[in-house]
Amino acid sequence: MLTRPADYGNIYYENSEDKIRCGAAPDREGNPMLKLENISFDVTEDAATKGIVKDISLDIGDKSFMVITGPNGGGKSTLAKLIAGIEKPTGGRILLDGVDITGMDITQRAKAGIGYAFQQPVRFKGLTVKDLITLAAGRALSTEDACHYLSEVGLCAIEYIDREVNGSLSGGELKRIEIASVIARGARISVFDEPEAGIDLWSFHNLIRVFEHMRKTTAGTVIIISHQERILETADKIVVLAGGRITGMGSREEILPGLLGGADTCRFYKGERT
Amino acid sequence: MMNKVQQDMLYEIAGIRAAPAGAYNIRMNGGSIGCGGNENVSINLKAGGMDIVVKPGTKGEVVHIPVVISSTGLVETVYNDFYIGEDADITIIAGCGIHNPGDAQSQHDGVHSFHLERGARVRYVEKHTGAGDGNGKRVLNPVTVCDMGPGSYMEMDTEQIRGVDSTKRVTKGVIGQGATLVVKEKLMTHGVQYAETVFEVDLDGADSSANVMSRSVAKGDSRQVFLSRISGNAKCMGHSECDAIIMDNASVQAIPEITANHVDAALIHEAAIGKIAGEQIVKLRTLGLSEEEAEAQIINGFLK
Repeated sequence: MLTRPADYGNIYYENSEDKIRCGAAPDREGNPMLKLENISFDVTEDAATKGIVKDISLDIGDKSFMVITGPNGGGKSTLAKLIAGIEKPTGGRILLDGVDITGMDITQRAKAGIGYAFQQPVRFKGLTVKDLITLAAGRALSTEDACHYLSEVGLCAIEYIDREVNGSLSGGELKRIEIASVIARGARISVFDEPEAGIDLWSFHNLIRVFEHMRKTTAGTVIIISHQERILETADKIVVLAGGRITGMGSREEILPGLLGGADTCRFYKGERT
Repeated sequence: MMNKVQQDMLYEIAGIRAAPAGAYNIRMNGGSIGCGGNENVSINLKAGGMDIVVKPGTKGEVVHIPVVISSTGLVETVYNDFYIGEDADITIIAGCGIHNPGDAQSQHDGVHSFHLERGARVRYVEKHTGAGDGNGKRVLNPVTVCDMGPGSYMEMDTEQIRGVDSTKRVTKGVIGQGATLVVKEKLMTHGVQYAETVFEVDLDGADSSANVMSRSVAKGDSRQVFLSRISGNAKCMGHSECDAIIMDNASVQAIPEITANHVDAALIHEAAIGKIAGEQIVKLRTLGLSEEEAEAQIINGFLK
């Protein structure tokens, strides 16, 4: 029997045997822009099938700033990859503006307006920061234009613009360049997979500022996978994912106190239900 | 007069369409079609090659000595000797382009010997390319020998990106006290091409150093062999690095050899061969590039 936790406000669950459907009410602009319908992703290990993402349905409205959180192994990063087309769902559909994009590959989804920032930024021998930002923008950029995107992520552009995107850059620098490449795309939907992963504390404070700034200035929808309270605080909506299922969703005010609370919350965070 | 094919080839390898400013010799189909020196650099043609003499203290001169072959069946060996005077600092743009229109093999074997006096500095740029519709092979076998005096410095930038069916590139250096040799090689092979690179460097002088860096891409059914042999015979620093991207059915062999004959010789060899990392392709695809476009960008960057 599933009960609605009283403290978590405007979350609703629809229990149908093994399935849970979670959804926000359609936003003010009308139809949700990105719609996940019964998305599943299974992997086969040692001849046994294991569900990583289990029948998730989620509506993401236009211009929303959503953070997806939950314990490690809960399926968050896989969900981000499913949205970007890096992984293909084993079940369900993904709709963008009502159009089924499930069969689209990575390139097609990028062209359809989906951006994706890697949890672990990819390194390239030879490609410079400017090359990467230029490819992301999809047009010839002046040094000044490219510098603009770097200053958005708090990098002193002139020091970085001609450097190679390789191991000579620190984890925090690579991360910010990765984020700059996604900002440069100006995509309608930008997905950031654990932007805080692998960066030091000093860089982390800068990173928070980047997302606070993005929240104020972005014209698109932002989806961030994160464990960090400070990043959760920037969200309009928070989705909790555990055990491959959505275990909670609502506004920041509704979800955040519960995530930071006591033992009951812990069960909620882990997806345990009474 | 050069025809358009010859002009284009000249431009591709040396960035010039006609006689450049400064000293030069343009060799076309086996003979010089234009040659000129100046007060600092003299170019003396001789049977089977030329001597280039740079006066001590010369600064900022750029010397062009490109070679173009546009006929089929031309096979030549050319000997060029460079004498770089004390404290001179110059750039030499060499390179060879073969446009083979027929079915016979065309081949240029250039043997370049450099003698650098004390404190001399040379940047040597060598670009090799091939084109043409015929079935005749385009073969380039450059040999570069560097005899480096005390405190001298030589940087060699070599590039072969396309169109050369077979090449054996040999670079030898004897490095004197406090002298430095830097070699940067960029190589791409495709089809059934074969490319062999041999570096042999003797670090003979105290505080001498050598840094050899090779980046290559092997596509199709092509084969590459990279041999780097560095001997440290004094207190010295030697570093060689071979980094190759392998694609399709290609084959790449890297053979490092470092020998220390002195207790203060510090020698390092790094070699890596692998295909393009899948995550690099994925990253560029998330920026809207197709798989083919992503691959091209990664290779362009790698060989930049």
